[in-house]
Parts: sequence; C-alpha cells; structure tokens
Amino acid sequence: MQLSTLAELNAERAARRPAILVTDIASGEQRLVKAADIAADPLRNELATHLRMGKSGMVEAQGKRLFLNVYAPTAKLVIVGAVHISQALAPIAKSLGYDVTVVDPRTAFASPERFPDVPLIAEWPDVALPPLNVDHYTAFVALTHDPKIDDPALLHAFSRDCFYIGALGSRKTHAKRGDRLRAQGASDADIARIHAPIGLAIGAVSPSEIAVSIMAEITATLRLPAKEKEQAA
Amino acid sequence: MLNRDEDILKAAEDWRTSGHGVALATVVETWGSAPRPVGSNLVINDDGTFLGSVSGGCVEGAVVTEALDVISSGQPKMLEFGVADETAWNVGLSCGGTIRVFVEKVG
Repeated sequence: MQLSTLAELNAERAARRPAILVTDIASGEQRLVKAADIAADPLRNELATHLRMGKSGMVEAQGKRLFLNVYAPTAKLVIVGAVHISQALAPIAKSLGYDVTVVDPRTAFASPERFPDVPLIAEWPDVALPPLNVDHYTAFVALTHDPKIDDPALLHAFSRDCFYIGALGSRKTHAKRGDRLRAQGASDADIARIHAPIGLAIGAVSPSEIAVSIMAEITATLRLPAKEKEQAA
Repeated sequence: MLNRDEDILKAAEDWRTSGHGVALATVVETWGSAPRPVGSNLVINDDGTFLGSVSGGCVEGAVVTEALDVISSGQPKMLEFGVADETAWNVGLSCGGTIRVFVEKVG
C-alpha cells in the first residue's frame, strides 16, 4: 500500500466517513474509493452492497480477483431517556457493537446503579448532545416521553442526518409531537423520518421486548436495501 | 462498521512517516470457524513490533516473520493457514478453520 493511500484512508476514518480499499490480489494494485465516489465507480454495485452490509470480501470483476476491505465508522446509539426500556436497550446495542451513550437530565434516572458500564450524561440535550458528534452513523432514540427532553433532542437528530431516528409514543402522542416540532421549525420531511410508534411490530409488551423491537428496527434500517426496508416497516 | 479496533492503521502510518519499514497483513478469506473476520488487519514494523491481529494469536508469529521478508523484498505475499496444511500444525490454527492472509509493504 502506498503511504499516501494509507494517509488518505486514515483521514477518512478520522472524519467518520466510510471508504473501501480495493486490492487486486494478483498484482497488489490498489485504490481507495470514498463513500461519496461509489455512485460513479465501475464497481458501484459491489461496493454499495459491501458497504451497506459492513462486510469485506473478495469479488470477481473484469477478470480480476479483487479484495474489498470496508472501513466504516463504528455505529453509535444515542439513547435519550434513562428509562426502563433503555436499561434493556443499552446492553443489547453494546452486544451488537454500537457505541452507546445515555442522556437524561434527571439524575434519579441517569444513575450509574441503573446503567453500569454505559456512558451516562445527566444533562439537558442542548448541553449533552453537541459534544457527542452525532452523525449519519448514529441511531438516535428518544424515550423519555417528556416533550421538554425529547423535542430538543429530536431537533438535534434532524440536523445531524442520523440513519435512524425513533421516538416512544402512541400514534396520538406522535401526532401532537409532530405539531410541536413543526412549530419549532422542523419540516414535514423531518417528522416523517421519525420511527413512531418506535420498534418493529412484534407484539412487544415488556421493556426488554420493546428494546428488542427497537434494536430490530435499527438493524433493518442499517442493513436492508431501501425497498425491503419499506416492507419491514 | 460495528467493530472497534485500536487505531492500528494510524500507528502504521506514523511508523512509516518516522522512517520505519512497515507491512500490512489483512485477512482476505476465511473458511470454517475463523477467529478474526475478513478485513482484520495486523501491522508490523521492521523492529518486529506488531499491532492488531489476524487470528486469535495462533499464526501471528508466522505472519510477522513473513512480513519482515515482505518489508525487505517489497513483494506482496498471500499466506494460507489451516489444519489441512502440514505447516499449520506447527503454527496451529486450533479452531479448525482456514484463513488466507494478504501481506503487503507500506511504501
């Protein structure tokens, strides 16, 4: 690998932008394809599939055996609300490899006893969220049921292009939430991005089951192509 | 996307920039049960210092030795380790899988 290629790859990784290193196994020839350049690449189908699955592997193309090494950022999960569901959700997300952070200004909820081994920020969203560098590789869930906390958190998530945004609440609650968020400048497209009621419809009842349905929905959003995603939702 | 690695690629860049010979080893194929997924990296410098892993520690010694060759020759190499291979008994992929590792010099 050329040092310049390695430096370029490291710069993309540091910026949390995915890139794929394409290596011709026979000759050792290499090129780095940045995520933004995939659409124009001759290998776009293979590159897009591998990136979506976060999976490296060999492909045969143009009579060559090419190795695609996918370097994608670690996915983050930001949980707003240190509630019972979050106590189940945080360890599930961690086991799936997510960097998990829990935010809740209510210190009675955001206590280390309730959330061992999870980074906890007992601050309001306007203080807690900006330093977290919420980005496209972030799943964002608002679970407090309290508009004073959930609403500003969701507005922050809209501005950061999170790949998944979910919020707890019935259809009725969600309709009211939509009105409030629009009054604060959110667009209809922003509101439409919220998965609510949150989670796949698996008949979840207990907090742990709801956590499973949320994590399943996040996984489907991350991994399924757009068309199948609609069918799952 | 979901695997956190210590930043070994940054270490490789820093080693090279400071004048070390550096090689990069990458798991490119696996069969059966393999301890580290395809795409895993091991970086090696000309002191024999290495970071990362391509197996659970079973074949790193052999990969480092080959990497030192690659650093001096500049020619990439494909290495294969598995129980079907006579030499694998020596370096020992005890999990029973087979892995193929591409080793290249960082120029």
